[in-house]
Amino acid sequence: MLKQIDFLGKRKLAAMLSGLLLIIAIVSLAAQSLKLGIDFTGGTLVEIGYKQSVDLKVMRAALETAGFDDASVQHFGSSQEVLIRLQPREGLSNAQLSTEVAAAASSAMAVKGDLRRVEFVGPQVGDELTEDGGLALLYSMFGILIYVAWRFEYKFALGSVAALAHDVMITLGFFSIFQLEFDLTVLAAVLAVIGYSLNDTIVVYDRIRENFRMLRKGSPEQVMNTSLNQTLSRTLMTSLTTLLVLVALALLGGEIIHNFAVALIIGVVIGTYSSIFVASPLVLILGVSKEDLMEPEIEGEDVDMMP
Amino acid sequence: MQNHFPLWKNLLIITVLILGIVYSLPNLFGDDPSVQISAGNSLEISAVQLENIESTLSSAGITAKAIELQGSKILARFNNTEDQMRAADLWRNSLGGKFTVALNLAPATPDWLRSLGAEPMYLGLDLRGGVHFLLEVDMVAALKQAEERYNNDIRMALRTAKIRYKSVTFDKGAVKVVLRNDKDKQAAIALVDDEFRKLDMKVDETQPVIFLSISEQEIREIKKFALAQNITTLRNRVNELGVSEPVIQQQGDSRIVVQLPGVQDTAQAKEILGTTATLEYRKVDTQHDVQNALDGRVPVGSRLYYERDTNAPVLLKRRVIITGDQIVDASSGLDQNGSASVNITLNGIGAKKMGKFTKNNIGQPMAVVFIEQKSTTKIVNGKKIRHKEKIEEVISIATVRDAFSKRFQTTGLDSPQEARKLSLLLRAGALAAPVDIVEERTVGPSLGQDNIDKGMLSVLVGFVLVLVFMAVYYKTFGLIANLALTFNLVVIVAVLSMLQATLTLPGIAGIVLTVGMAVDANVLIFERIKEELRNRNSPQTSIFLGYEKAFATIFDANITTLLVALVLFGFGTGPIKGFAITLAIGILTSMFTAILGSRMVINWIYGARQRIDKLSI
Repeated sequence: MLKQIDFLGKRKLAAMLSGLLLIIAIVSLAAQSLKLGIDFTGGTLVEIGYKQSVDLKVMRAALETAGFDDASVQHFGSSQEVLIRLQPREGLSNAQLSTEVAAAASSAMAVKGDLRRVEFVGPQVGDELTEDGGLALLYSMFGILIYVAWRFEYKFALGSVAALAHDVMITLGFFSIFQLEFDLTVLAAVLAVIGYSLNDTIVVYDRIRENFRMLRKGSPEQVMNTSLNQTLSRTLMTSLTTLLVLVALALLGGEIIHNFAVALIIGVVIGTYSSIFVASPLVLILGVSKEDLMEPEIEGEDVDMMP
Repeated sequence: MQNHFPLWKNLLIITVLILGIVYSLPNLFGDDPSVQISAGNSLEISAVQLENIESTLSSAGITAKAIELQGSKILARFNNTEDQMRAADLWRNSLGGKFTVALNLAPATPDWLRSLGAEPMYLGLDLRGGVHFLLEVDMVAALKQAEERYNNDIRMALRTAKIRYKSVTFDKGAVKVVLRNDKDKQAAIALVDDEFRKLDMKVDETQPVIFLSISEQEIREIKKFALAQNITTLRNRVNELGVSEPVIQQQGDSRIVVQLPGVQDTAQAKEILGTTATLEYRKVDTQHDVQNALDGRVPVGSRLYYERDTNAPVLLKRRVIITGDQIVDASSGLDQNGSASVNITLNGIGAKKMGKFTKNNIGQPMAVVFIEQKSTTKIVNGKKIRHKEKIEEVISIATVRDAFSKRFQTTGLDSPQEARKLSLLLRAGALAAPVDIVEERTVGPSLGQDNIDKGMLSVLVGFVLVLVFMAVYYKTFGLIANLALTFNLVVIVAVLSMLQATLTLPGIAGIVLTVGMAVDANVLIFERIKEELRNRNSPQTSIFLGYEKAFATIFDANITTLLVALVLFGFGTGPIKGFAITLAIGILTSMFTAILGSRMVINWIYGARQRIDKLSI
């Protein structure tokens, strides 16, 4: 046998680390919230590319003359590209706005820019997306709770959902602390993190269930430690391959997809950690026992495992 | 023989592999810059016209790669965008207004693949460039219009039935009809029962007053109709823009999605889509002097208007003859004398009203007033207040030559262009309710291409990294997993192509993520095999048990991820849906390729061997 690592013995340390991360995340979310993109806040966004680098001061001045003094202007990806953002405006705020901004911006430079992207989201659409986004998070958690309770047992369901909430919270906290823009694609990434982290947790749980049924000896803690050790190399391997492609995506996928990839990288790292140090200890704390997993499929359980 | 697949299983896997290769192939051929010509009003394009189109092209010295006739459309493919642009300009001038000429990128799929129904993936707007609009129909306005219409109709019906009334007014969301006496009241009730069954009636017991309101069912009908009519009108207007493959779809119960691939000039598109217009036909007031009205003495029963182009003042009667929503169709053409004209068709109610008016007003001038509603949303003290700006202009004045009703012609227009413009305006004015743009997303073509390039590069790099990693870590088994992974990628692309699901940038991210996660199944299996080997099982048994035991785990883990993908799909809009679709497809195909595909190869390599000393894992 390989050398066993006493994962569950370190659960107090893990709890402290998780607690600390959660507190930081919650404090940051409460204090400075998320930097929501226009998908959620509503507003106008214009991206223009030029053949030469753009002086932001000149661009800002041009926009100010055109009456857009609240415009936020920044480079996007390279110094040759600018991203102009407008909040939903006091006074005029309609779809025509984006056209006017684009016109004002292109008048700033001697050469004609290449209009790369225009986004306008009306305030009511933004509100709806925010609501739908929150609901999607809740629905997926709820669906998972039911599925895991049905396939395993309610203690496992609670453990996995708590671990997921932990992952989502910390990922959101990361976006809040560094004030990275949170848009629709990032929300999709957070939901994908749920999927990924759950995948990891289920693999561990599956082994715990199997071992509870097979191993005659040992306390629940020992059984779970064995299970974690047995699945450890798989957990690490899969996380590594997933991280490999995500890093490729973050570095090469372009600006639009960058925050999406970052959210997933954070999520995968946290998800891997939580499946070992959060999901499993929680099941132990909830008092899982051999009996919990013995029934109800006494006959045919082995048959069920056949491919 | 633990590690042996029955023949049917091998055949199944190989069949899927072949199908996967065939149906993913079209994606390798790219696109032809092309021009699409379609006839307006669903006319068929004849062989003569096709010849005409071809000869115009050859006389200008442009060679097309292919010109294909597809029903009521012609698709001409070119070798480069320069030829494409030149040909499009040429045809726009030579074909005139009856045809729509649109630039397009047509997939260059070879014929033999197309005959199998194989087509490349459908690229989303973020990859091909274009505009996405979300429009909201103003249902409050639609209902108000309906109320006003009923108000007028009730007056008219009462008058026709010679029932005298004191007043017909709006009162708390209902039409209040005050009659002179009980006898008239009874007559009015009978009339409403007879002609306005769609209205809910409340009768005042003590006074000769009845209240009429629109029933719940009718409100639903009005909303449905407003949406449907808007979609139809939008479709017409989008056709005027000359866009190939536009998408105009209902979303929810009051919204419309409009997607215009390849459109760059969004200002024009917005102008056409965003401003809503209605029309009114009114009688010109010839009895009073315009100058007097300009000085502020506007006669009772008339109103002062201005003509659109000349800004000349006109006095019009207040009473409306018909409104734009009673116009069914308007098209430009030529009259008997060969001068430009606009042909107008009205619906039943409009025809009745118009018939009555023209019968009594032959020789009198009639004006068309075009009313535009530009809407802006203001935020005042944190509250959204929608502000509507109303612009009313006279676009045409014509003399009634004859009594007419359902179909009539406006003649005497200066040019075919003017006729075309007027007919377009008339059709635009036939909109039931105002629409607002509540969301816009435009992606320029350069960004679209960038997104494709960067997306593909990251798929490729991520893929190669995983291949190298797996080969180093799992040796022979790693190579087998790599085969399965490649197989998986091919099948994902094939399934996406077959479903013609929209591939978006997040969709590509979904594929990248799937590549990373797809190896998970193989990792699980291989780790199990290693464990079984450590438990001193024979290599053959270890392979067998590894696959056996890993299956339930893989199944459970993937089902939960699939669950999340489904939630994403259900909630998501465009790009998120694209991500959810590729993720879901990736999960399903990876289970097939990683479990069955890899097993087949392993069985071929190890299955028949009598003795294996060591597995290369």
